[in-house]
Amino acid sequence: MHRKTIAALSRLLAAREVSAVELARGFLERIERLDGTVNSFITVDAERTLAQARAADERIALGRALPLTGIPIAHKDLFCAKGWLTTCGSKILGNFVSPYDAHVIEQFDRAGAVLLGKTNMDEFAMGSSTENSHFGPTKNPWDFKAVPGGSSGGSAAAVAAGLAPGATGTDTGGSIRQPASFTGTCGIRPTYGRVSRYGMVAFASSLDQGGAIARSAEDLALILEVMAGFDARDSTCMDRPKDDYVGALAAPKPLRIGLPREYFSKDLADDVAKPILAAVEELKKLGCETVEVSLPNQKLSVPVYYVLAPAEASSNLSRYDGVRYGHRAEAYSDLMDMYRKTRAEGFGSEVKRRIFIGTYVLSHGYYDSYYLQAQRIRRLIARDFSEAFKRCDVIVGPTAPSVAFDLGAKRDDPVQMYLDDLYTIPINLAGLPGMSVPCGFGKQGRPVGMQIVGNYFDEARMLSIAHLFQKATDWHARMPPAFV
Amino acid sequence: MLSLEKVRAIADLARIEVGEAEALTLQRELNGILAMIDEMLAVDTKGVEPMAHPQDARQRLREDVVTERDEHVPYQSVAPQVEDDLYLVPRVIE
Repeated sequence: MHRKTIAALSRLLAAREVSAVELARGFLERIERLDGTVNSFITVDAERTLAQARAADERIALGRALPLTGIPIAHKDLFCAKGWLTTCGSKILGNFVSPYDAHVIEQFDRAGAVLLGKTNMDEFAMGSSTENSHFGPTKNPWDFKAVPGGSSGGSAAAVAAGLAPGATGTDTGGSIRQPASFTGTCGIRPTYGRVSRYGMVAFASSLDQGGAIARSAEDLALILEVMAGFDARDSTCMDRPKDDYVGALAAPKPLRIGLPREYFSKDLADDVAKPILAAVEELKKLGCETVEVSLPNQKLSVPVYYVLAPAEASSNLSRYDGVRYGHRAEAYSDLMDMYRKTRAEGFGSEVKRRIFIGTYVLSHGYYDSYYLQAQRIRRLIARDFSEAFKRCDVIVGPTAPSVAFDLGAKRDDPVQMYLDDLYTIPINLAGLPGMSVPCGFGKQGRPVGMQIVGNYFDEARMLSIAHLFQKATDWHARMPPAFV
Repeated sequence: MLSLEKVRAIADLARIEVGEAEALTLQRELNGILAMIDEMLAVDTKGVEPMAHPQDARQRLREDVVTERDEHVPYQSVAPQVEDDLYLVPRVIE
């Protein structure tokens, strides 16, 4: 069962060939047996999961099942789920049991999906390796010496290892796409405003977007049907009907693919370039045309991001003061001392670095030269994409400049870790949707992901071209040998 | 370049206690990050409107009616210290 896609499991559930309880037990057993090494989950609660599975079976018996009814789904540990520990990978929320559900969690509940557990992540989604978790690093199921990417590394590793058929994630600068690339899984970050952020712990509010990781584009379409849609409780959520993501897969049309000159430069490792260029050839065989496009300002994306994201983070994270929830320091002399000690103890070093950078760029006398300047360049970066999309339907390139790196390799060099996100960050700045789909293997047999970027609200088209590719290839169906 | 004094001032604004050795490490790390950011300072952006929201959406307005229920009991159940429905903090005014 653990090798099957959500689409296949959904058919088996509908045909009563397997029950939701059997599925839940199967995945819980695998987590129990195999996650000790991977560390992809922070919280598992078999009793709660099985109660939901029993409810799903009743619903199926009544003939009221939807496609995800009875499907176990893992959630990144920053989606608040009522009664579940929701830590955000941080000590400061280490004891936080959420008193309410995020919109996304409510949507999965309505669909009858079964909450399988909460997955590991870089603290407050800040990181590209899941090494910055208070609950220890997650390992890459393809190679335990390698990172799974981040920040949704727990979700990606769980799906790659067959510990969950699908999982949610969030993507502020690449946090769904890059771990999907590093673990040979499929990930989608929808258009900014497509999925409600209500109950999703905030990092950088103008960039954060919820999405998912699964084993195929078809599965991502099934999940997005559930996650997407308007919710008035998120003021940035767009009031606009969602498309028929699953329907769009039925008759995928060949598209005009834009290949950004800047994405195929010397920054891209040979072992990554090769499978991506081969995938582009495959898409051509399937009837797609290619055209070269240019994104001249994309080189400024990383500096711009490291002004905007920390600035917004320093503001969002000011709420962790040890008063209303979360960790509070044991000993302090007065209120100010309580804040200072609570936050010093509760946040890890990467989160502190970003809060300090954010505090600095927003401080008196620097706002115009940093924050406003970054927002102006952000518009230039978005304009590059608008120009490119006049000439193509989707943009294709690498997700990351290399395959998964070794654990510890970049821990002492934050700037190098930041620069590695050069292909994913521009999409967040522009607010566009992006995917990563597996397309081969590079050095040391580690997976390579191809990035597909769509125009605003063009998720259906992105999913359909990924599906077209996956009907002709089997990269997405490969599993790490230790978990077959 | 941030001085050690400036690093301490930032930590103070951010309400995060920083030790002596930590301040030195932070000074090096933050200056490394700012050096990377500096690349964007010189870009000519005259006449370009700052972009705050990808769709340039405006804040939605809603009817001025009560939409929240009183849920202080579950919400305060996760607080570090509560007494008589109030969050407790160290005394501020003597």
